[in-house]
Amino acid sequence: MLAPGFTDPVHDAQATFRAVMDALARPGLPRPLTPGLTPPAPLTPELAAVALTLTDADTPVWLDAGLAAAPAVAAYLRFHTGAPLTADPAEAAFALISDPARCPPLGTFAPGTPAYPDTATTLVFALEAITAGEGLCLAGPGIRGATRVALAPLPKGFVAQLAENRAGFPLGVDLILTAPGRVAGLPRSTAVTEN
Amino acid sequence: MYVAVKGGEAAIDNAHRLLAEARRGDPAVPDLSVAQIREQMALLVDRVMTEGSLYDPDLAALALKQARGDVVEAVFLVRAYRTTLPRFGASVPLETGAMTVARRVSATFKDLPGGQVLGPTFDYTHRLIDFTLAAEGETAPAAEAEPHADAATCPRVTDLLAQDGLIEASPPDEGAPVGDLTREPVDYPADRALRLQALARGDEGFVLGLGYSTQRGYGRTHPFVGEIRVGEVAVAFVPEELGFAVPLGRVRLTECQMVNQFKGSGAAPPQFTRGYGLSFGQSERKAMAMALVDRALRAEELGEPVTSPAQDQEFVLAHCDSLQATGFVEHLKLPHYVDFQAELELVRRLRTEFEHRSESVAMQEAAE
Amino acid sequence: MTPNPAGPEPGPGIAARQAVMALCADASRGELEAALARLDVPPAEDLRPPQTGLVMATGRIGGDGRPFNLGEVSVTRAAIRLADGPTGFAYHLGRDRSKARLAAILDALWQDPAQRDRVEAALAEAAGRAEADRRQAARRTAATRVEFLTVARGED
Repeated sequence: MLAPGFTDPVHDAQATFRAVMDALARPGLPRPLTPGLTPPAPLTPELAAVALTLTDADTPVWLDAGLAAAPAVAAYLRFHTGAPLTADPAEAAFALISDPARCPPLGTFAPGTPAYPDTATTLVFALEAITAGEGLCLAGPGIRGATRVALAPLPKGFVAQLAENRAGFPLGVDLILTAPGRVAGLPRSTAVTEN
Repeated sequence: MYVAVKGGEAAIDNAHRLLAEARRGDPAVPDLSVAQIREQMALLVDRVMTEGSLYDPDLAALALKQARGDVVEAVFLVRAYRTTLPRFGASVPLETGAMTVARRVSATFKDLPGGQVLGPTFDYTHRLIDFTLAAEGETAPAAEAEPHADAATCPRVTDLLAQDGLIEASPPDEGAPVGDLTREPVDYPADRALRLQALARGDEGFVLGLGYSTQRGYGRTHPFVGEIRVGEVAVAFVPEELGFAVPLGRVRLTECQMVNQFKGSGAAPPQFTRGYGLSFGQSERKAMAMALVDRALRAEELGEPVTSPAQDQEFVLAHCDSLQATGFVEHLKLPHYVDFQAELELVRRLRTEFEHRSESVAMQEAAE
Repeated sequence: MTPNPAGPEPGPGIAARQAVMALCADASRGELEAALARLDVPPAEDLRPPQTGLVMATGRIGGDGRPFNLGEVSVTRAAIRLADGPTGFAYHLGRDRSKARLAAILDALWQDPAQRDRVEAALAEAAGRAEADRRQAARRTAATRVEFLTVARGED
C-alpha cells in the first residue's frame, strides 16, 4: 500500500524548501518543519519531506542500512521522486540517514570537485532532538558571533569529522539536520567545537 | 559619474497593451485559433517544436499565436515554459526503423523494399502561387490505393549497403551515459551525441547555411541522400514504479541518412561514411542540413583536415542556437548609456588631441 | 542522464497491458469518458495528483546506434487507487490531466482478470476508430507510392 506524498505538492514543497534554505543560511538555528506526511518506517516525515522536495531523477540517493532494509522505503522514494538509489555513498547527491549514531564517516561521501564543489553529497539526518542554546558551539558564515545547538544522537568523533570536512573547504559535505517538527542546517563552512 | 534613473513602467504597460492590439490586428478579421495554427501551419509548428526542443503541437501553436508568428520569439516562449515542468526521465530510444511511414524516399537506390513513397511533399509542385487558396473552399479528398504487401516493412537503405560491408556502422550503444547540454554546459571537444543534440535544437537557417557551405566546397563530403523518412514513431518510457516500458503515444519525426564520401586507410577497406539528421514533425530541410553538418563535424574523427566553418565544432555549436544568438544580438537594444558616455568622452578627447597635433604641424610648416 | 533501458523482456501479461495503455494514449478524452460510462467504476483516489512533466526523447545515432538526446516531449501522468484496492497508472503525451486520470482508472480496472473483458469491450469503439484511421492513412500513403515504368533501355 503506497503511502501518499505531499497533499499540496507545489506549496508543501515550497514551504519545505524555504525551511531548509533558511536553516542552511543560519546554521544551527532550528526552523519549524511540519510536512504532514506519513511515510513508511523508518523514514521520518521530515526526512521524507526533504527527499520529496530536493531529490529527483537526476540526484542519486544513498540510504543508510535501516532505510535500505525496508523495501517500502525504496518503493516510496522511487514513486514519489523518481530518484535513482545508489549503493555507493561517493556517488550520492543526497544521503538519507535514519540512524545518525551509525552514520558512516563523512569522508566516505562525495566531497565535490574543485570545478563543481556543489556536487558534494548533502547528508540528511533524522535526529531525535535538536535543542538550541546548549551543546555544540557553532561559528562562521550566517552566525553572529557564535551559537549553540545540541544534536542527539551523533556518531563518535563527529566533531573531529566535521573539522576535517571543513578543512577541505570549498570541498566537503553539507548537512541538513531534522528532528520531529524541525530542521536545522550545518553547511561545510561552519566551524563546530565542543564548547 | 552617472545618475541611476527609474521609470518607464507606465510606458511598458502601455506597450504591452498596444502589442496585444497589434497581435490581434484588424478586429473585423476573425481571430486566429490555436487549432487553426496547429492544423494549417503545421510545418511552422514543427519548426518551433524542434528548435524549442519540446514536442507539444498545441503549445507550439499557442506560442506562435502569442509571438505573432515570430519563430524565435515562439521558441523562447516554449523553452521558458519547459523550464517549469519536472523531468520524469528519458525515453526508451526511439526506433525509427519501426516508423509508420508517411513518406520515404531515397536518392541512392530506385528500387527498394517498401518503395519510393512520396507522401505529402512540395518537392514536385511547380511553385506557382495558387490564388484559389485565397478563397476558402473545400479541399478534395486525397486519393487512396491498396497498400503493397511490402508496405509495412521499410528496411533502412543504410542496412542494404551494410550487407556488403560497404558503409560504416553506427557507433554502438555501450550503455554509457548520454550527455545533455541542457543540464551541463558544453565542454569542447564535444562528442557526437552532444553535437547532434545541439544541431537538433539549432536554428534551421544557420544549420542550412552551414550544410550548403559543405556542398560548395567548404568541407568536401560528396553527399547523397541515402534515405529520408517521415512518419510516426511510438515513444515509450519506463517509470520507476512500474518497471516496464509504458507506451506514451506517437510522435511525428523526420529522419535523414546521408551517405558520404568513402574513406579507407592502409588497414581498413574503403567504406561510405554517414551523416545523420533527426527532427520533430516533417522538417526535412532541417534533418538534411543537420546530417550534412553532422558529417562535416566528424572531420577530425575521420582524419580529414579541419579547414572550414562547418567542420569547426566550437564555431558551429557556439552559434547554432537561435535563442543564444538572439539573446546576445538583441541585448544591444538595452540601455548602454553609461558605456556609451565613456566612449563619447574618449572620442571627444582623442579628437581634441588630433586637432592640437594637426594645428601644431600646420604652424611648424608655416614657420619653415 | 542515461536513457532508460527497455527493462526486462515483458511477459505476455505485460504486453497485453501495454497494448491497452497504448490504445488509451491514442484515444481522445471523450472516447475514454464514453468507455468508463459503460463500466461500473468505484470511486478513485489520487495516489499522486495528475501531473504534467517532460520525458527526454532519445534518438539513436544513425538510427540504430548510440543514443543521443533529441528533445523533450510533454507527458502527463496519473496514479490512482480504486476504493476496493487496485492501483492504476497512466502516462500520456500531452498536457491533458483529466484524460490521464481516466486512463489510470481504466488501467486499474483492466488489471482485474474478472473485469478485463468488459474493459476491453468498453474500449472497442475507440480501438475500431483508431484502426480505421490507421487503415485510411495507409491507403492515402500507398496512393503516393511511385510505380516505375521503363521508358527505354540503354542497350538499343
